[in-house]
Amino acid sequence: MTTADPSPTTGGAGAWRLGLLLVAGVLVLIDMYLIFGYAPTERSMGIVQRLFYFHVPVILTSFLSFALAAVGSVLYLVRRNRAWDRLAYASAEVGVVFFTSAIITGAVWAKPVWNTWWVWDANGTLTFVLWLIFIGYLMVRAYAPDAERGRRWSAVTAIIGAATVPFVYMAADWWGGLHPERVTGPGAQGSLEREMLLTLLFSFVTFIVLFAALIAERYALRSDEDAIEELRLAAA
Amino acid sequence: MRETLRAALTIYAKDVRLELRTRETLFSVLAFALVVAFIFTFAFEPSPQLIASIGPGIVWVAYIFTAVLGMNRTFLLEHERGTLDGLRLAPVPREALYLGKLLSVVTLLVTVEALMLPAFLVLYDLSLFNVWFIAIAVAATVGIAAVGTLFSAIAVHTRAREVLLPILFLPVALPLLIGAVTGSREALDGEGWSGMGGWLQLIVAFDIVFLVLSSLVFEYVLEE
Repeated sequence: MTTADPSPTTGGAGAWRLGLLLVAGVLVLIDMYLIFGYAPTERSMGIVQRLFYFHVPVILTSFLSFALAAVGSVLYLVRRNRAWDRLAYASAEVGVVFFTSAIITGAVWAKPVWNTWWVWDANGTLTFVLWLIFIGYLMVRAYAPDAERGRRWSAVTAIIGAATVPFVYMAADWWGGLHPERVTGPGAQGSLEREMLLTLLFSFVTFIVLFAALIAERYALRSDEDAIEELRLAAA
Repeated sequence: MRETLRAALTIYAKDVRLELRTRETLFSVLAFALVVAFIFTFAFEPSPQLIASIGPGIVWVAYIFTAVLGMNRTFLLEHERGTLDGLRLAPVPREALYLGKLLSVVTLLVTVEALMLPAFLVLYDLSLFNVWFIAIAVAATVGIAAVGTLFSAIAVHTRAREVLLPILFLPVALPLLIGAVTGSREALDGEGWSGMGGWLQLIVAFDIVFLVLSSLVFEYVLEE
């Protein structure tokens, strides 16, 4: 064990990631208790309102993942440092999972409360569009003729996707203006109970830590892949 | 700047001359647009009241699907003949390549859209000869081409080109589709500027943002 391991994920960095993952696991357990045991049941929506503590943090983390992917993509194209591409790629992969969860929890919550699975308001439309753009991002990488072009083209996809955000939001908002306003749901809620607010804040922290842990995992995996590719090129 | 423009116009003139001699792309794309419009007749059994509400939607779904096919086709032919590689070697700014291809795509799409106007009149009794509709259609087509040209250049080099272009292009173009459909409906209802002005502004803003952004990132797409 005297020679330095070329892999960047073993040793100190690996232990650090494992620690983050463990912290995320513990936080998730505590969060489950808070959501199902501590927070009071909401009066008008009932038990289904507990989805709120998943849905809201997950959707905000999804948007965060898109922002990270866009920033990583811009920096990759400008600086040509693979680290930025790894960050963008990891964000897209974890982002797809978070967007999917946000869409599913949103639909399951909307059905009993609004009596419809989906509302094409600005937020719903934007969520769906960004989810599709992330899928496109991953497809471009998968189908590109070589890894180098995959990295560049997916970066372009993320940048163009980010630029469309304000337009999708505005267009859907104006378009949705033709439909009746919704009267219940998160937008129409009054002030939250103390216990509810606490649970929500804890949920935010939990999902951000979980997100960070997953990004760190994927990032490390990509680092290993890049290292292997370099070794293979050097050997050839 | 002038050099870029001249190079772009040269590429554009090449595309137009090629198309005028072969008429390959225009007629195949136009035939596709007709088939889409014709299929909708049987999908909806349209009555005059129904057409008043879904007419603009039919028109724009036909236009946007045709655009996807047309852009795929244009770049596929270039790819197969090695024209894109030739263009890449040309000592001209990358923006000139983008601009030239963009002009070709806009010309193709606007021509098909114009030739489809009588078809919509006959099939649906839907008269689109309206100044505001035409303004919306041209503005939206520029936006479609601005995003589509960039994504076609990516998709054509991948293994899944027919699938990849719509998957990349349609979500980004959603604001255009919403604006074009709603704006067209307002225009056809005789609302004029007060009804569709906001939508036209949104579409033009989209055009400007994506023309600038796409021409900036186009070099990263072409780079070998």
